[in-house]
Parts: sequence; C-alpha cells; structure tokens
Amino acid sequence: MNKDWPIWEIFIRSKNGLEHRHAGSLHAADAEMAIQNARDVYTRRQEGVSVWVVESKHITASNPEKSGELFEPAKDKVYRHPTFYDLPDEIKHM
Amino acid sequence: MDTQQQLDDFQRRIDNGEKIEPKDWMPERYRKQLIRIMSQHAHSEIVGMLPEGNWITRAPSLRRKVALLAKVQDEAGHGLYLYSAAETLGISRDELVEQLLDGTAKYSSIFNYPTLTWADMGAVGWLVDGAAIINQVMLTKTSYGPYARAMVRICKEESFHQRQGYEIMLALANGTEAQKQMAQDALNRFWWPSLMMFGPRDEDSPNTEQSMKWKIKKKTNDELRQQFVDQTVPQADILGLTIPDPDLKWNEERGHYDFGEIDWEEFWNVVKGNGPCNLKRLEDRNAAWDNGAWVREAAVAHAEKQAAKRVSKSA
Ligand SMILES: [Fe+2]
Ligand SMILES: [Fe+2]
Repeated sequence: MNKDWPIWEIFIRSKNGLEHRHAGSLHAADAEMAIQNARDVYTRRQEGVSVWVVESKHITASNPEKSGELFEPAKDKVYRHPTFYDLPDEIKHM
Repeated sequence: MDTQQQLDDFQRRIDNGEKIEPKDWMPERYRKQLIRIMSQHAHSEIVGMLPEGNWITRAPSLRRKVALLAKVQDEAGHGLYLYSAAETLGISRDELVEQLLDGTAKYSSIFNYPTLTWADMGAVGWLVDGAAIINQVMLTKTSYGPYARAMVRICKEESFHQRQGYEIMLALANGTEAQKQMAQDALNRFWWPSLMMFGPRDEDSPNTEQSMKWKIKKKTNDELRQQFVDQTVPQADILGLTIPDPDLKWNEERGHYDFGEIDWEEFWNVVKGNGPCNLKRLEDRNAAWDNGAWVREAAVAHAEKQAAKRVSKSA
C-alpha cells in the first residue's frame, strides 16, 4: 500500500518573477514522481512554471502553543513602522 | 480528555472567525467529525469518476470527449486534495483508502445510481455538480484551514463541470424529439437523487447543530437544498424540460420554491448500501486498487534502486 510512498509538500511558482507558494501535498515514491504527480494534480490549468517538492518530514514547523513567545514581542514595536513618526504635512513623499 | 477551559478557548477562536490549522489544539470530536466529513467528501470525488467514466469512450464528439475526460480527471484531483487535507488531521492515506474499499466509509449516495444514456452526462454535470457546488461554496468558509483551502481550489475548477453538463442538456433539449425525450428522462431520474445529495432533513441530521457551532458548516442541509431548487428551476425552464415534481411551485410569501417530499425510504436504502449500483461501485474501486498494486510496488522498487545508486556514487 501507500505505506512506502511518503508525503511531499508541493510549492509552485505561478510565473517568473513570483515566489514559489505552497500548493498542497501528495504521495509519491520519490522526488521525480512527486514532480510528475504535482504537475498532474496542481497545474492542470497552467497554474505553474516551476515546482519544488520536499518530503514533508523534512519540514520543521513552529509550535502553535509557543506562538505567543515567538511572535508577540514584535507587537509593541510600533516604531518599526513608518506611521510611528510625526512629520509636517508639507513633506509629501517620505 | 479535553478540559472545559480548552473547549471554551477553542469555541472563542471559532466565534472570532479564526481558522484552525493542523497543529492547533482542537477537540477530539471536532477532529473526528472533520475526518468523517472530509473523507466522505474525498471518497465521493473518487467514486464519482465511475458513472461518468462509463461514457468517455462513447462521447458523441471529440469536443464532448475532451470535456468529459478533463472533468473526470479534475474529480480525481479533487479526491487527492481532500485526502491530503484529511491526512493533516492524523489519519493516514492507507486508512482512508481501506475504509472506502471495505465499505465502512460512506460516499455521496448519488453515485450509486446508474448512468444509462448520454443525456445522463448532461444531467450529472448540471444537477450533481450543481448541487456539489452549492455545498462546496459554503465549505470555502469552513473553520478548518486545509479543508477551506482545498475547497477554494475545487470551486475554481467546478464551474466548467456544471457548464459542460448544461451545454449537453441544451443541445439535446433543442435537438430531435428523441433527444429531447432522452434529456427529460435523465432529468426525471436524477432530480430526486440530486435533492438527496444534501442529506437528511435538518431534524434528522444529528451532527448539524454541532458542525454549525464549530462553523464546519455554515448552512443546514435544508437551507442548501432550498438554494439548489431555487437556482435550478429557472435553468430547467430555459431548457424547456419539466422537473418531475407536481408539488413544485413558486411561493410568493416565502420568496422560494415549494417542493414535494423526498422519498426518504429510498434515501436511507441507498445510504445503507442497497442502491442500484452500490455493489458495482465498490467492486470497481477494489478492482482498480488490486490491479494497480504492481504499479505501486514497482514505483517503490524503482525509488529504492535510484536511492541506492546515489549512495554508491557519493561513497
Ligand atoms: Fe469535484
Ligand atoms: Fe465536479
């Protein structure tokens, strides 16, 4: 059965100039087959010009329970945004 | 065991309109209910290829043939998107496939009806995909992220399915008397089973309340069914075909069509496995799986050989 067919995550670049974006996942025996299958499953309507495949087990994800300590410190750093700074109205483009 | 605190926090996230992602905490029942719904949905896409696959080699023109072939291939894709999404909930593809093949999993009962004439390809695209689209558009807003994303992708692909079906009906309805009759006959046979696709009446659907509370579903079976009837009646009028329901009439006060009672005995009978094609569908899926075993094994053997070659080269 599929036991021996690992899961792959599929990333597709929709056109040159844009980044590869996660499209979904699928099962395949190896990387080559993952690319073939990704072509059939995710680009039947010219959705892509380039595919990356990576075995799901190689992805390390952050833990949602730790997302507070990871991401909240950025919350009170409003001075990283341009709107934090008061300038006179005469200054138009800055 | 899920604690009350966890359940409350989860409900608060749902009420705030947050999406739930695979690694987030979720109630065991939420997970179970989603696996059930999503796997049934995936199986329906896969089994749904059979009644239409039946006509690919006999399509009346090349135009119809490429369209039907592309549609059936899309349905295979839909099945794959949904299986992958279901797998993020911790069930394996093997388990999912096994549940379909051994008959423990359900799929949409509509696919247990036979496709007897070419007009059925029209009726299936128009009515069955039409009904599926109504359900799937709702599900693009479902609370589970991977399911919602699969639905967005699927909905983009579905609309051609319904249009090609309607175009088939249109050609037949404007054709010879025999062709028109063939179209009417297909509508007669597929109308009621299409209404049944939305599932039991709300009062007989024990899971509805909880799935609404968790925003897995945003509308009830009866609401969706009404939407389908309201949308489809004018389309039948344009075809000049008659919907086989003497009780069907516009209700000015409600602003909706009233329609007759579904034969619920037939519905439950098909759900329980006694529809005209239940056995055949499972036999065909099992045969496809068994006959494909050597391909799956060969692919693994090839992958292993290639991997070994790479190792010996780099050594
Ligand atoms: Fe589909
Ligand atoms: Fe479809």
